[in-house]
Amino acid sequence: MRREEKQRNHGMTEMKTRQVEQMTPEFEADVEELISHYPVSKRSASLPLLHHWQNHFGFVDDTGIEWIAAKLDLTPINILELLTFYPWFRREAAGKTIIRVCRTLACAMAGSYDVKEKFCEAVGLDPHVEHHGFGSAPPTTPDGKFSVEFVECLACCGSAPVALIGDDLVENIKPSDVPAIVKNLK
Amino acid sequence: MSALHPTPHPKERRIIFENISKPGYAADIDTYIANGGYESLKKAVTMKPSEIIDAVKAANLRGRGGAGFPCGTKWSFIKYDDGKPHYIVVNGDESEPGTFKDRYILHQDPHQLIEGLAISAFATNTRLAYIYIRCEFPHAAKIVWKAIQEAKARGFIGKNLLGSGFDLDIYVHQGAGAYICGEETALLESLEGKRAYPRIKPPYFPAVLGLYMKPTIVNNVETLCHVKHILRIGAAEYARMGTPGDGGTRTMCVSGDVMRPGIYEFPCGAVTIRELIFDVCGGLKPGRTLKAVIPGGSSAKIMRAGEVYKIKGKGPDGTMVDKDLPMLDVVMDASTLQSVGTMMGSAGVMVLDDSRDMVWALNNLNQFYAHESCGQCTPCREGSLWMSKMTTRMLDGGGRDKDPKTLQDIANNIAGRTICAFGEACSWPTQSFLAKFPEEFEKAARS
Ligand SMILES: Cc1cc2nc3c(=O)[nH]c(=O)nc-3n(C[C@H](O)[C@H](O)[C@H](O)COP(=O)(O)O)c2cc1C
Ligand code: SF4
Ligand code: FES
Repeated sequence: MRREEKQRNHGMTEMKTRQVEQMTPEFEADVEELISHYPVSKRSASLPLLHHWQNHFGFVDDTGIEWIAAKLDLTPINILELLTFYPWFRREAAGKTIIRVCRTLACAMAGSYDVKEKFCEAVGLDPHVEHHGFGSAPPTTPDGKFSVEFVECLACCGSAPVALIGDDLVENIKPSDVPAIVKNLK
Repeated sequence: MSALHPTPHPKERRIIFENISKPGYAADIDTYIANGGYESLKKAVTMKPSEIIDAVKAANLRGRGGAGFPCGTKWSFIKYDDGKPHYIVVNGDESEPGTFKDRYILHQDPHQLIEGLAISAFATNTRLAYIYIRCEFPHAAKIVWKAIQEAKARGFIGKNLLGSGFDLDIYVHQGAGAYICGEETALLESLEGKRAYPRIKPPYFPAVLGLYMKPTIVNNVETLCHVKHILRIGAAEYARMGTPGDGGTRTMCVSGDVMRPGIYEFPCGAVTIRELIFDVCGGLKPGRTLKAVIPGGSSAKIMRAGEVYKIKGKGPDGTMVDKDLPMLDVVMDASTLQSVGTMMGSAGVMVLDDSRDMVWALNNLNQFYAHESCGQCTPCREGSLWMSKMTTRMLDGGGRDKDPKTLQDIANNIAGRTICAFGEACSWPTQSFLAKFPEEFEKAARS
């Protein structure tokens, strides 16, 4: 979607997808398993189901919000308000690999601002575009391969600067290491 | 992932970290049992629950999550036989900047946590527990979940654990990127499937109304690991390792401008700031001098190199006199740090050398707090953002004469006026940076 359109929407995408139609029986079985972890209150499964949905579909669209809400006997707003509160969740597609560079003090002192800029350059993103949350995806390359964003302390300050790339933590990153790291991801 | 140095410093005593980064040590249950694992739990189920709580009290174990509340006292708020369900929620949110100890326990020694948790459940008549892990640790969530299933398969948890007639179920719950979930009542809201809005106090303790409005214990990951060792080495012996008010060992995380940042473990009260920075962590980078230390996670008030504190101490004739305590001689323990106006907090020690600009450093932290305020209380939501905007403007050359005063006013009007301690956490950096480095803020205000 073009940027101007997105701004008009206050960072929200127009929901054209119907992820719910892609649901598989395995997916539903996993949902039942997750709900069983909360014998006292089904509502507790909200975050786990959002994670599960996002891991599976890449983001959570309106059909996802409605499906999760119905599954947990909630109203859709109970789920939507989580999507807009918790920075991890998003309502639009991000890159296949998300590069989350730590921005906080120990990492900043060790050069994380440079490192983030290098990551943006290496994947072809404008390093100055800011990411504002509320369910929107971090800046993403047009080919859909990469997103790069700053996140707050990743609890690995002793080996600063660090980045979470996909599920893996990369420590002691030098700006000069970045092109090789990105090349290995491609 | 090895922030632990292969040979411990002579001042170190590794109990919690004994097996972290050890060659050949793995996170599986066989390795754990081969290293003496689950012996403390076997002992616990032969004890009376009240005996376990008494041992934890006698050990002088304080919480390792930040507030330092005595652990045994917290547990004794739960009435064993009140007929209500009880819950334990482990705080594995680890998101206070500068803190990175729980990460290693969760990834490399998960059974240590499960054993401590099972003991605390047995002592407080708790049959359902959750381990809340921040989602930025995706591998840890899998590793801990696998460990839970292993422990269940071997009968250490689950139905009738170790033949004791006691049942315990443990599940992993993942966060979703919000720092405020570390605050215990926000954590509970999050676990209930809601926005992580900290709850209005009183009640001050989740032991009164916690998860699902039932009596609940929230403990940090490391705190529960200590419980296993208290039963292993005995409460008296454990307490003796530390200081009178603070038993056992304490892990420390050192980051910033030192030669050897990383995680360390010392008997409580065993090292001064000088020893920690210059002996243990190899000193500063070549040619650099010390400028400041943040001793207990990013919200702890900053200490300036060279300052001398006036503290009360016993004189030669036993009467209380004022004493001078140079900054480098401050002992890294809860009571000393408190007496010099800061705190041990989460023991995340951040070291800054003379190359650092204090307006820049404060701005970095202000941006963190502005981003992480949950938004419930006006002073915190607005104030944290104002402080961040002001320090950013000062850095960009737009400082105004009144800025230091205004910053101070904003911070003073947040602390003490909010629902949760985030209000203090976000004001203390601004208050202390301004107080300790006024000349840098005045300079930035004139630019
Ligand atoms: C803003 C804020 C953030 C916190 N973050 C954490 C955290 O990440 N991990 C943690 O264990 N405790 C954190 N705490 C402290 C918890 O509220 C709570 O005191 C602690 O988990 C209790 O466990 P303990 O007694 O074992 O230390 C935080 C507190 C506040 C006010
Ligand atoms: S002090 Fe800040 S973080 Fe805590 S409840 Fe109020 S707004 Fe939320
Ligand atoms: S500041 Fe980057 S990991 Fe903590």
